[in-house]
Amino acid sequence: MSVVTLNHATLRVGGRNVLSRVGFSIEAGEFIGVLGPNGAGKTTLMRAILGLLSPSEGNVKVFGHTPRRGNPGIGYLPQVRTVLPDLRVRGRDFIASSLNGEHWGLPSLGRDDRITIEATLDAVGVRDLAARPLSDMSGGERQRLLLAQALIGQPKLLLLDEPLISLDARHQEVVIDVVREVCRRRRITVLFSAHELNQLLGTLDRVLYLGNGQAVLGTVDEVVKAPVLSRLYGTEIQVVRADGHIFVMSRGRDVERSDHLHDHNVHGHAHGHHHHH
Amino acid sequence: MFMATRMAITITTDMFAYEFMTNAFAASGVVAVVSGLVGYFLVMRGQTFAGHALSHIGFAGATGAGLIGLAPLWGLLTFTVVAGVTMGALGERISNRDVVIGVVLALALGFGLLFLHYYTSFATQAAALLFGNVLAVDRATIVALAVLGAITVGALAVIMRPLIFASLQPELAEAKGVPLRFVSVIFLAIVALAVSACAQIVGVLLVFTLMVGPPAAAQRLTVGLWRGLFLSAALALAEAWLGLTLAFYTDWPVSFCIALLSALVYFATLPTAARHRVATA
Repeated sequence: MSVVTLNHATLRVGGRNVLSRVGFSIEAGEFIGVLGPNGAGKTTLMRAILGLLSPSEGNVKVFGHTPRRGNPGIGYLPQVRTVLPDLRVRGRDFIASSLNGEHWGLPSLGRDDRITIEATLDAVGVRDLAARPLSDMSGGERQRLLLAQALIGQPKLLLLDEPLISLDARHQEVVIDVVREVCRRRRITVLFSAHELNQLLGTLDRVLYLGNGQAVLGTVDEVVKAPVLSRLYGTEIQVVRADGHIFVMSRGRDVERSDHLHDHNVHGHAHGHHHHH
Repeated sequence: MFMATRMAITITTDMFAYEFMTNAFAASGVVAVVSGLVGYFLVMRGQTFAGHALSHIGFAGATGAGLIGLAPLWGLLTFTVVAGVTMGALGERISNRDVVIGVVLALALGFGLLFLHYYTSFATQAAALLFGNVLAVDRATIVALAVLGAITVGALAVIMRPLIFASLQPELAEAKGVPLRFVSVIFLAIVALAVSACAQIVGVLLVFTLMVGPPAAAQRLTVGLWRGLFLSAALALAEAWLGLTLAFYTDWPVSFCIALLSALVYFATLPTAARHRVATA
Protein backbone atom coordinates (compact mmCIF):
# COMPACT_ATOMS: atom_id res chain seq x y z
CA MET A 1 0.00 0.00 0.00
CA SER A 2 1.15 3.51 -0.72
CA VAL A 3 1.86 5.52 2.39
CA VAL A 4 1.90 8.95 0.78
CA THR A 5 0.35 9.76 -2.59
CA LEU A 6 0.06 13.10 -4.34
CA ASN A 7 -2.19 13.39 -7.42
CA HIS A 8 -1.80 16.56 -9.48
CA ALA A 9 -1.43 18.33 -6.15
CA THR A 10 -0.79 22.05 -5.99
CA LEU A 11 0.41 23.47 -2.68
CA ARG A 12 0.10 27.22 -2.26
CA VAL A 13 1.77 29.25 0.48
CA GLY A 14 1.35 33.00 0.66
CA GLY A 15 -0.11 33.25 -2.85
CA ARG A 16 2.75 31.32 -4.44
CA ASN A 17 2.51 27.84 -5.90
CA VAL A 18 5.30 26.09 -4.02
CA LEU A 19 4.47 22.81 -5.76
CA SER A 20 2.39 22.74 -8.97
CA ARG A 21 0.44 19.69 -10.05
CA VAL A 22 2.90 17.21 -8.67
CA GLY A 23 2.26 13.52 -8.46
CA PHE A 24 4.18 10.67 -6.85
CA SER A 25 3.63 7.72 -4.58
CA ILE A 26 5.75 6.56 -1.63
CA GLU A 27 5.54 2.91 -0.63
CA ALA A 28 5.55 1.40 2.85
CA GLY A 29 8.95 0.98 4.43
CA GLU A 30 10.80 3.22 2.01
CA PHE A 31 13.51 5.61 3.14
CA ILE A 32 13.06 8.70 0.99
CA GLY A 33 15.64 11.46 0.88
CA VAL A 34 13.85 14.75 0.21
CA LEU A 35 16.18 17.17 -1.52
CA GLY A 36 16.06 20.43 -3.38
CA PRO A 37 17.13 24.06 -3.07
CA ASN A 38 15.87 26.35 -0.29
CA GLY A 39 12.22 27.22 -0.76
CA ALA A 40 11.62 24.24 -3.05
CA GLY A 41 8.81 23.04 -0.77
CA LYS A 42 10.33 20.41 1.50
CA THR A 43 8.68 21.80 4.63
CA THR A 44 5.50 22.67 2.73
CA LEU A 45 5.16 19.08 1.54
CA MET A 46 5.52 17.81 5.10
CA ARG A 47 2.92 20.29 6.33
CA ALA A 48 0.52 19.00 3.67
CA ILE A 49 1.13 15.41 4.77
CA LEU A 50 0.45 16.47 8.38
CA GLY A 51 -2.85 17.99 7.34
CA LEU A 52 -1.77 21.55 8.14
CA LEU A 53 -2.12 22.66 4.53
CA SER A 54 -4.74 21.56 2.01
CA PRO A 55 -3.85 21.34 -1.66
CA SER A 56 -5.52 24.03 -3.79
CA GLU A 57 -5.74 21.51 -6.64
CA GLY A 58 -5.52 17.76 -6.83
CA ASN A 59 -5.22 15.71 -3.66
CA VAL A 60 -2.87 14.38 -1.03
CA LYS A 61 -3.48 10.97 0.50
CA VAL A 62 -1.76 9.60 3.59
CA PHE A 63 -2.38 5.91 4.34
CA GLY A 64 -5.12 6.20 1.70
CA HIS A 65 -6.99 9.02 3.46
CA THR A 66 -7.11 12.78 3.33
CA PRO A 67 -4.56 13.95 5.91
CA ARG A 68 -5.85 15.25 9.21
CA ARG A 69 -4.10 16.98 12.05
CA GLY A 70 -3.04 14.86 14.97
CA ASN A 71 -2.66 11.59 13.07
CA PRO A 72 -0.93 9.30 15.58
CA GLY A 73 0.53 7.25 12.73
CA ILE A 74 2.90 10.09 11.82
CA GLY A 75 6.01 11.03 13.76
CA TYR A 76 7.31 14.49 13.02
CA LEU A 77 10.58 16.25 13.68
CA PRO A 78 10.11 19.89 12.70
CA GLN A 79 13.00 21.96 11.47
CA VAL A 80 14.30 23.40 14.72
CA ARG A 81 13.39 27.02 14.83
CA THR A 82 11.78 27.76 18.13
CA VAL A 83 13.80 26.06 20.82
CA LEU A 84 14.16 28.91 23.27
CA PRO A 85 17.83 29.40 24.16
CA ASP A 86 17.02 29.69 27.84
CA LEU A 87 14.73 26.68 28.09
CA ARG A 88 15.51 25.19 31.45
CA VAL A 89 13.26 22.17 31.13
CA ARG A 90 14.78 18.71 31.33
CA GLY A 91 14.70 16.38 28.35
CA ARG A 92 12.25 13.92 29.86
CA ASP A 93 9.64 16.62 30.54
CA PHE A 94 10.24 18.08 27.09
CA ILE A 95 9.44 14.74 25.47
CA ALA A 96 6.57 14.04 27.84
CA SER A 97 4.88 17.30 26.86
CA SER A 98 4.13 15.82 23.45
CA LEU A 99 2.30 12.79 24.85
CA ASN A 100 -1.39 13.65 24.62
CA GLY A 101 -0.24 17.27 24.73
CA GLU A 102 -3.37 18.25 22.80
CA HIS A 103 -5.63 17.17 25.69
CA TRP A 104 -6.94 19.77 28.14
CA GLY A 105 -6.26 19.73 31.84
CA LEU A 106 -3.20 19.04 33.92
CA PRO A 107 -0.32 17.10 32.41
CA SER A 108 -0.09 13.61 33.79
CA LEU A 109 1.57 10.44 32.62
CA GLY A 110 0.28 6.94 33.06
CA ARG A 111 2.49 3.94 33.67
CA ASP A 112 2.34 2.99 30.00
CA ASP A 113 3.37 6.49 28.95
CA ARG A 114 6.41 6.34 31.20
CA ILE A 115 7.39 2.93 29.86
CA THR A 116 6.98 4.17 26.29
CA ILE A 117 9.17 7.19 26.98
CA GLU A 118 11.92 5.15 28.63
CA ALA A 119 11.87 2.56 25.86
CA THR A 120 12.18 5.21 23.18
CA LEU A 121 14.97 6.99 25.04
CA ASP A 122 16.87 3.70 25.02
CA ALA A 123 16.12 2.95 21.37
CA VAL A 124 17.71 6.23 20.31
CA GLY A 125 20.40 6.07 22.99
CA VAL A 126 19.53 9.34 24.70
CA ARG A 127 18.81 8.17 28.23
CA ASP A 128 21.61 10.42 29.48
CA LEU A 129 19.82 13.48 28.09
CA ALA A 130 16.57 12.89 29.98
CA ALA A 131 17.67 14.64 33.16
CA ARG A 132 19.44 17.57 31.50
CA PRO A 133 17.81 20.88 30.57
CA LEU A 134 17.40 21.73 26.89
CA SER A 135 19.40 24.93 27.39
CA ASP A 136 22.51 22.90 28.24
CA MET A 137 22.32 20.58 25.22
CA SER A 138 24.34 20.87 22.06
CA GLY A 139 22.56 20.95 18.72
CA GLY A 140 23.30 17.27 18.15
CA GLU A 141 21.97 16.20 21.53
CA ARG A 142 18.82 18.23 21.05
CA GLN A 143 18.29 16.69 17.64
CA ARG A 144 18.66 13.14 18.95
CA LEU A 145 16.18 13.95 21.72
CA LEU A 146 13.69 15.27 19.19
CA LEU A 147 14.21 12.15 17.13
CA ALA A 148 13.37 10.01 20.16
CA GLN A 149 10.24 12.05 20.63
CA ALA A 150 9.19 11.63 17.00
CA LEU A 151 9.37 7.86 17.46
CA ILE A 152 7.05 7.76 20.47
CA GLY A 153 3.68 6.15 19.77
CA GLN A 154 4.98 3.67 17.17
CA PRO A 155 4.47 5.85 14.08
CA LYS A 156 4.29 4.20 10.68
CA LEU A 157 5.52 7.29 8.89
CA LEU A 158 8.33 9.56 10.02
CA LEU A 159 8.73 13.10 8.69
CA LEU A 160 12.16 14.49 9.47
CA ASP A 161 12.59 18.08 8.40
CA GLU A 162 16.27 18.93 8.02
CA PRO A 163 17.39 16.88 11.01
CA LEU A 164 21.06 17.33 10.07
CA ILE A 165 21.06 21.10 9.97
CA SER A 166 23.63 22.78 12.23
CA LEU A 167 25.13 19.45 13.26
CA ASP A 168 28.78 18.59 12.83
CA ALA A 169 29.73 15.64 10.65
CA ARG A 170 29.99 13.16 13.49
CA HIS A 171 26.53 13.97 14.82
CA GLN A 172 25.09 13.88 11.32
CA GLU A 173 26.34 10.31 11.02
CA VAL A 174 24.85 9.42 14.39
CA VAL A 175 21.43 10.81 13.48
CA ILE A 176 21.38 9.02 10.12
CA ASP A 177 22.50 5.73 11.67
CA VAL A 178 19.86 5.89 14.39
CA VAL A 179 17.07 6.67 11.93
CA ARG A 180 18.14 3.89 9.57
CA GLU A 181 18.52 1.32 12.31
CA VAL A 182 15.22 2.07 14.11
CA CYS A 183 13.16 2.52 10.95
CA ARG A 184 14.42 -0.62 9.22
CA ARG A 185 13.65 -2.62 12.32
CA ARG A 186 10.16 -1.18 12.74
CA ARG A 187 9.40 -0.95 9.01
CA ILE A 188 8.76 2.79 9.27
CA THR A 189 8.45 4.84 6.11
CA VAL A 190 10.77 7.86 6.30
CA LEU A 191 10.80 11.21 4.57
CA PHE A 192 14.16 12.70 5.44
CA SER A 193 14.80 16.18 4.09
CA ALA A 194 18.38 17.32 3.75
CA HIS A 195 20.61 19.78 1.98
CA GLU A 196 23.14 17.25 0.90
CA LEU A 197 22.68 13.98 -0.88
CA ASN A 198 26.01 12.33 -0.14
CA GLN A 199 25.49 11.56 3.53
CA LEU A 200 22.24 9.77 2.70
CA LEU A 201 23.54 7.79 -0.28
CA GLY A 202 24.16 4.60 1.64
CA THR A 203 20.81 4.79 3.41
CA LEU A 204 18.07 6.02 1.11
CA ASP A 205 15.93 3.82 -1.13
CA ARG A 206 14.71 6.58 -3.38
CA VAL A 207 15.16 10.32 -3.64
CA LEU A 208 12.40 12.90 -3.93
CA TYR A 209 13.90 15.95 -5.57
CA LEU A 210 11.91 19.19 -5.40
CA GLY A 211 12.49 22.41 -7.30
CA ASN A 212 10.86 24.94 -9.58
CA GLY A 213 7.39 23.89 -8.40
CA GLN A 214 8.03 20.30 -9.49
CA ALA A 215 8.83 17.01 -7.82
CA VAL A 216 10.65 13.98 -9.18
CA LEU A 217 10.72 10.69 -7.29
CA GLY A 218 13.03 7.88 -8.28
CA THR A 219 16.26 6.11 -7.58
CA VAL A 220 19.40 8.20 -7.32
CA ASP A 221 20.44 7.08 -10.80
CA GLU A 222 17.08 8.05 -12.27
CA VAL A 223 16.80 11.44 -10.61
CA VAL A 224 20.23 12.80 -9.94
CA LYS A 225 21.33 13.51 -13.47
CA ALA A 226 21.89 16.69 -15.42
CA PRO A 227 18.66 16.96 -17.49
CA VAL A 228 16.34 16.30 -14.54
CA LEU A 229 18.12 18.59 -12.11
CA SER A 230 18.54 21.36 -14.69
CA ARG A 231 14.75 21.39 -14.98
CA LEU A 232 14.30 21.45 -11.19
CA TYR A 233 16.89 24.13 -10.53
CA GLY A 234 15.86 26.18 -13.57
CA THR A 235 19.48 26.53 -14.56
CA GLU A 236 22.08 24.35 -16.22
CA ILE A 237 23.30 21.71 -13.81
CA GLN A 238 26.17 19.26 -14.07
CA VAL A 239 26.26 16.09 -12.04
CA VAL A 240 29.76 14.94 -11.20
CA ARG A 241 30.37 11.54 -9.69
CA ALA A 242 33.66 10.93 -7.98
CA ASP A 243 34.80 8.32 -5.49
CA GLY A 244 31.27 7.26 -4.54
CA HIS A 245 30.18 10.86 -4.09
CA ILE A 246 27.81 12.88 -6.22
CA PHE A 247 28.31 16.58 -6.71
CA VAL A 248 25.54 18.72 -8.12
CA MET A 249 27.23 21.68 -9.77
CA SER A 250 26.08 24.86 -11.40
CA ARG A 251 28.77 26.74 -13.31
CA GLY A 252 31.46 25.00 -11.31
CA ARG A 253 29.83 25.63 -7.91
CA ASP A 254 28.49 22.87 -5.70
CA VAL A 255 24.86 23.99 -5.33
CA GLU A 256 23.99 21.76 -2.39
CA ARG A 257 27.04 22.80 -0.52
CA SER A 258 26.56 26.51 -1.15
CA ASP A 259 22.92 26.22 -0.07
CA HIS A 260 24.01 24.58 3.08
CA LEU A 261 26.71 27.09 3.81
CA HIS A 262 24.25 29.84 3.18
CA ASP A 263 22.04 28.48 5.96
CA HIS A 264 24.63 27.52 8.47
CA ASN A 265 28.32 27.83 8.76
CA VAL A 266 28.72 24.48 10.43
CA HIS A 267 29.63 22.04 7.75
CA GLY A 268 32.74 20.32 8.90
CA HIS A 269 34.23 17.47 6.97
CA ALA A 270 31.19 15.66 5.71
CA HIS A 271 33.09 14.72 2.57
CA GLY A 272 35.77 13.04 4.55
CA HIS A 273 33.57 9.96 4.88
CA HIS A 274 33.15 7.43 2.14
CA HIS A 275 29.86 6.00 1.11
CA HIS A 276 29.89 3.02 -1.17
CA HIS A 277 26.77 1.89 -2.87
CA MET B 1 4.19 55.30 53.31
CA PHE B 2 2.51 57.13 56.18
CA MET B 3 1.08 54.00 57.78
CA ALA B 4 4.52 52.60 58.06
CA THR B 5 5.68 55.81 59.68
CA ARG B 6 2.95 55.72 62.30
CA MET B 7 3.75 52.10 62.86
CA ALA B 8 7.29 53.02 63.81
CA ILE B 9 6.02 55.30 66.56
CA THR B 10 3.65 52.79 68.19
CA ILE B 11 6.10 49.99 67.78
CA THR B 12 5.12 46.54 68.89
CA THR B 13 7.27 43.55 68.09
CA ASP B 14 4.27 41.45 67.10
CA MET B 15 3.36 42.54 63.62
CA PHE B 16 0.29 40.32 63.58
CA ALA B 17 -1.24 42.50 66.30
CA TYR B 18 -2.13 44.91 63.51
CA GLU B 19 -5.07 44.14 61.30
CA PHE B 20 -3.49 45.86 58.31
CA MET B 21 -0.57 43.47 58.61
CA THR B 22 -2.70 40.34 58.73
CA ASN B 23 -4.65 41.68 55.76
CA ALA B 24 -1.41 42.36 53.95
CA PHE B 25 -0.15 38.84 54.65
CA ALA B 26 -3.37 37.30 53.38
CA ALA B 27 -3.54 39.44 50.22
CA SER B 28 0.13 39.10 49.33
CA GLY B 29 -0.02 35.37 50.03
CA VAL B 30 -2.81 34.81 47.53
CA VAL B 31 -1.22 37.05 44.93
CA ALA B 32 2.27 35.60 45.34
CA VAL B 33 1.12 32.04 44.72
CA VAL B 34 -0.89 33.07 41.65
CA SER B 35 2.00 35.15 40.32
CA GLY B 36 4.51 32.39 40.87
CA LEU B 37 2.39 29.84 39.01
CA VAL B 38 1.44 32.06 36.07
CA GLY B 39 4.89 33.62 35.92
CA TYR B 40 6.47 30.18 35.51
CA PHE B 41 4.80 29.82 32.13
CA LEU B 42 5.44 33.44 31.23
CA VAL B 43 9.16 32.82 31.68
CA MET B 44 9.02 29.45 29.92
CA ARG B 45 7.35 31.05 26.90
CA GLY B 46 9.76 33.98 26.82
CA GLN B 47 6.84 36.40 27.06
CA THR B 48 7.90 38.37 30.11
CA PHE B 49 7.96 41.60 28.15
CA ALA B 50 4.34 41.05 27.13
CA GLY B 51 3.51 40.66 30.83
CA HIS B 52 5.29 43.90 31.57
CA ALA B 53 3.33 45.67 28.82
CA LEU B 54 0.04 44.35 30.19
CA SER B 55 0.74 45.90 33.56
CA HIS B 56 1.43 49.30 31.99
CA ILE B 57 -1.74 49.07 29.94
CA GLY B 58 -3.48 48.21 33.20
CA PHE B 59 -2.23 51.48 34.69
CA ALA B 60 -4.17 53.41 32.05
CA GLY B 61 -7.21 51.28 32.85
CA ALA B 62 -6.92 51.88 36.59
CA THR B 63 -6.58 55.65 36.27
CA GLY B 64 -9.31 55.72 33.63
CA ALA B 65 -11.61 53.84 36.01
CA GLY B 66 -10.86 56.42 38.69
CA LEU B 67 -11.83 59.15 36.24
CA ILE B 68 -15.32 57.70 35.78
CA GLY B 69 -15.74 56.83 39.44
CA LEU B 70 -15.05 53.09 39.39
CA ALA B 71 -12.68 51.12 41.57
CA PRO B 72 -9.20 50.99 39.95
CA LEU B 73 -9.21 47.18 40.05
CA TRP B 74 -12.06 47.03 37.52
CA GLY B 75 -10.30 49.36 35.12
CA LEU B 76 -7.11 47.39 35.57
CA LEU B 77 -8.87 44.10 34.87
CA THR B 78 -10.77 45.38 31.83
CA PHE B 79 -7.77 46.96 30.15
CA THR B 80 -5.32 44.12 30.81
CA VAL B 81 -7.73 41.39 29.72
CA VAL B 82 -8.71 43.22 26.52
CA ALA B 83 -5.05 43.94 25.78
CA GLY B 84 -4.02 40.36 26.57
CA VAL B 85 -6.69 38.83 24.36
CA THR B 86 -5.82 41.25 21.55
CA MET B 87 -2.13 40.40 21.78
CA GLY B 88 -2.88 36.70 21.70
CA ALA B 89 -5.33 37.05 18.81
CA LEU B 90 -2.84 38.99 16.72
CA GLY B 91 -0.54 36.04 17.04
CA GLU B 92 3.12 35.73 17.79
CA ARG B 93 4.00 37.99 14.89
CA ILE B 94 2.81 40.87 17.05
CA SER B 95 2.94 39.66 20.62
CA ASN B 96 6.61 38.74 20.41
CA ARG B 97 7.63 41.98 18.75
CA ASP B 98 9.44 44.05 21.30
CA VAL B 99 9.12 47.27 19.33
CA VAL B 100 5.33 47.12 18.92
CA ILE B 101 4.88 46.17 22.56
CA GLY B 102 7.26 48.90 23.66
CA VAL B 103 5.38 51.57 21.71
CA VAL B 104 2.00 50.40 22.99
CA LEU B 105 3.08 50.25 26.63
CA ALA B 106 4.57 53.74 26.45
CA LEU B 107 1.32 54.99 24.90
CA ALA B 108 -0.65 53.30 27.68
CA LEU B 109 1.44 54.97 30.37
CA GLY B 110 0.88 58.26 28.55
CA PHE B 111 -2.87 57.74 28.66
CA GLY B 112 -2.62 56.85 32.32
CA LEU B 113 -0.96 60.21 32.89
CA LEU B 114 -3.68 61.98 30.87
CA PHE B 115 -6.43 60.40 32.95
CA LEU B 116 -4.64 61.44 36.13
CA HIS B 117 -4.34 64.96 34.77
CA TYR B 118 -8.12 65.27 34.47
CA TYR B 119 -8.84 63.71 37.82
CA THR B 120 -6.37 65.48 40.03
CA SER B 121 -7.72 64.29 43.37
CA PHE B 122 -6.89 60.82 42.19
CA ALA B 123 -3.22 61.74 41.95
CA THR B 124 -2.48 60.65 45.51
CA GLN B 125 -3.37 57.15 44.40
CA ALA B 126 -0.96 57.25 41.50
CA ALA B 127 1.95 56.16 43.65
CA ALA B 128 -0.17 53.34 45.08
CA LEU B 129 -1.04 52.14 41.57
CA LEU B 130 2.53 52.37 40.31
CA PHE B 131 4.30 50.94 43.33
CA GLY B 132 1.57 49.14 45.24
CA ASN B 133 0.08 49.71 48.66
CA VAL B 134 -0.44 46.35 50.26
CA LEU B 135 -0.73 47.85 53.75
CA ALA B 136 -3.97 49.56 52.71
CA VAL B 137 -5.67 46.35 51.57
CA ASP B 138 -9.07 45.75 53.21
CA ARG B 139 -11.19 42.63 53.65
CA ALA B 140 -13.23 43.28 50.52
CA THR B 141 -10.06 43.48 48.43
CA ILE B 142 -8.80 40.22 49.91
CA VAL B 143 -12.03 38.51 48.89
CA ALA B 144 -11.79 40.01 45.40
CA LEU B 145 -8.18 38.86 45.09
CA ALA B 146 -9.05 35.36 46.31
CA VAL B 147 -11.82 35.04 43.72
CA LEU B 148 -9.56 36.45 41.01
CA GLY B 149 -6.79 34.10 42.07
CA ALA B 150 -9.07 31.06 42.03
CA ILE B 151 -10.31 31.88 38.52
CA THR B 152 -6.75 32.43 37.31
CA VAL B 153 -5.35 29.20 38.71
CA GLY B 154 -8.44 27.25 37.61
CA ALA B 155 -8.13 28.48 34.04
CA LEU B 156 -4.41 27.73 34.07
CA ALA B 157 -5.11 24.16 35.20
CA VAL B 158 -7.54 23.68 32.31
CA ILE B 159 -5.10 24.79 29.59
CA MET B 160 -1.88 23.64 31.24
CA ARG B 161 -1.22 20.53 29.18
CA PRO B 162 -1.62 22.06 25.71
CA LEU B 163 0.02 25.25 26.99
CA ILE B 164 3.20 23.37 27.91
CA PHE B 165 3.19 21.49 24.61
CA ALA B 166 2.58 24.66 22.59
CA SER B 167 5.24 26.56 24.53
CA LEU B 168 7.95 23.94 24.21
CA GLN B 169 7.27 22.70 20.67
CA PRO B 170 4.87 24.92 18.73
CA GLU B 171 5.40 23.26 15.33
CA LEU B 172 4.76 19.79 16.66
CA ALA B 173 1.84 20.94 18.82
CA GLU B 174 0.22 22.47 15.77
CA ALA B 175 0.67 19.24 13.85
CA LYS B 176 -0.91 17.28 16.70
CA GLY B 177 -3.97 19.50 16.65
CA VAL B 178 -3.32 22.00 19.45
CA PRO B 179 -5.13 25.27 18.63
CA LEU B 180 -2.04 27.46 19.11
CA ARG B 181 -3.80 30.79 18.69
CA PHE B 182 -6.59 29.90 21.11
CA VAL B 183 -4.16 28.66 23.75
CA SER B 184 -2.13 31.83 23.37
CA VAL B 185 -5.21 34.05 23.77
CA ILE B 186 -6.40 32.24 26.88
CA PHE B 187 -2.93 32.28 28.37
CA LEU B 188 -2.51 36.01 27.91
CA ALA B 189 -5.96 36.56 29.43
CA ILE B 190 -4.77 34.52 32.43
CA VAL B 191 -1.61 36.63 32.57
CA ALA B 192 -3.80 39.74 32.50
CA LEU B 193 -5.76 38.52 35.54
CA ALA B 194 -2.55 37.67 37.38
CA VAL B 195 -1.03 41.04 36.52
CA SER B 196 -4.13 42.82 37.82
CA ALA B 197 -3.96 40.92 41.08
CA CYS B 198 -0.22 41.41 41.35
CA ALA B 199 -0.48 45.15 40.75
CA GLN B 200 -2.68 45.42 43.86
CA ILE B 201 0.25 44.28 45.95
CA VAL B 202 3.47 45.58 44.38
CA GLY B 203 2.11 48.07 41.83
CA VAL B 204 2.12 47.98 38.04
CA LEU B 205 5.79 48.90 37.77
CA LEU B 206 6.94 46.06 40.01
CA VAL B 207 4.84 43.09 38.90
CA PHE B 208 8.07 41.51 37.66
CA THR B 209 9.22 41.11 41.26
CA LEU B 210 6.62 38.40 41.80
CA MET B 211 5.89 37.24 38.24
CA VAL B 212 9.40 36.94 36.81
CA GLY B 213 11.95 36.88 39.62
CA PRO B 214 10.66 33.77 41.44
CA PRO B 215 9.95 31.63 38.34
CA ALA B 216 13.28 32.58 36.76
CA ALA B 217 15.08 31.59 39.97
CA ALA B 218 13.05 28.37 40.19
CA GLN B 219 14.05 27.40 36.65
CA ARG B 220 17.70 27.94 37.61
CA LEU B 221 17.33 25.68 40.62
CA THR B 222 15.42 22.79 39.08
CA VAL B 223 14.76 21.53 35.56
CA GLY B 224 11.74 19.41 36.47
CA LEU B 225 8.40 20.83 35.42
CA TRP B 226 6.26 20.23 38.48
CA ARG B 227 9.11 20.91 40.88
CA GLY B 228 9.86 24.16 39.08
CA LEU B 229 6.23 25.21 39.18
CA PHE B 230 5.86 24.58 42.91
CA LEU B 231 9.23 26.10 43.72
CA SER B 232 8.26 29.22 41.78
CA ALA B 233 5.08 29.64 43.81
CA ALA B 234 6.95 28.89 47.06
CA LEU B 235 9.69 31.43 46.30
CA ALA B 236 7.13 34.10 45.40
CA LEU B 237 5.28 33.42 48.65
CA ALA B 238 8.47 33.50 50.72
CA GLU B 239 9.64 36.72 49.08
CA ALA B 240 6.29 38.42 49.58
CA TRP B 241 5.98 37.45 53.24
CA LEU B 242 9.62 38.08 54.08
CA GLY B 243 9.33 41.39 52.24
CA LEU B 244 6.38 42.37 54.43
CA THR B 245 8.25 41.35 57.55
CA LEU B 246 11.34 43.23 56.51
CA ALA B 247 9.23 46.31 55.76
CA PHE B 248 7.58 46.10 59.17
CA TYR B 249 10.85 46.12 61.04
CA THR B 250 12.83 48.52 58.84
CA ASP B 251 10.07 50.95 57.85
CA TRP B 252 11.12 50.59 54.21
CA PRO B 253 8.37 50.42 51.57
CA VAL B 254 6.99 46.90 51.20
CA SER B 255 7.34 46.85 47.41
CA PHE B 256 11.00 47.77 47.73
CA CYS B 257 11.61 44.94 50.17
CA ILE B 258 9.89 42.40 47.88
CA ALA B 259 11.77 43.72 44.84
CA LEU B 260 15.04 43.47 46.77
CA LEU B 261 14.41 39.86 47.86
CA SER B 262 13.27 38.89 44.38
CA ALA B 263 16.46 40.23 42.82
CA LEU B 264 18.71 38.77 45.53
CA VAL B 265 17.23 35.30 45.17
CA TYR B 266 17.46 35.41 41.38
CA PHE B 267 21.09 36.51 41.37
CA ALA B 268 21.95 33.99 44.05
CA THR B 269 20.72 31.20 41.76
CA LEU B 270 22.85 32.23 38.78
CA PRO B 271 26.10 30.56 39.96
CA THR B 272 24.20 27.30 40.60
CA ALA B 273 23.12 27.12 37.00
CA ALA B 274 26.57 28.04 35.72
CA ARG B 275 28.15 25.25 37.77
CA HIS B 276 25.57 22.81 36.51
CA ARG B 277 26.38 23.75 32.93
CA VAL B 278 30.09 23.22 33.42
CA ALA B 279 29.51 19.90 35.15
CA THR B 280 27.40 18.51 32.33
CA ALA B 281 29.26 20.03 29.38
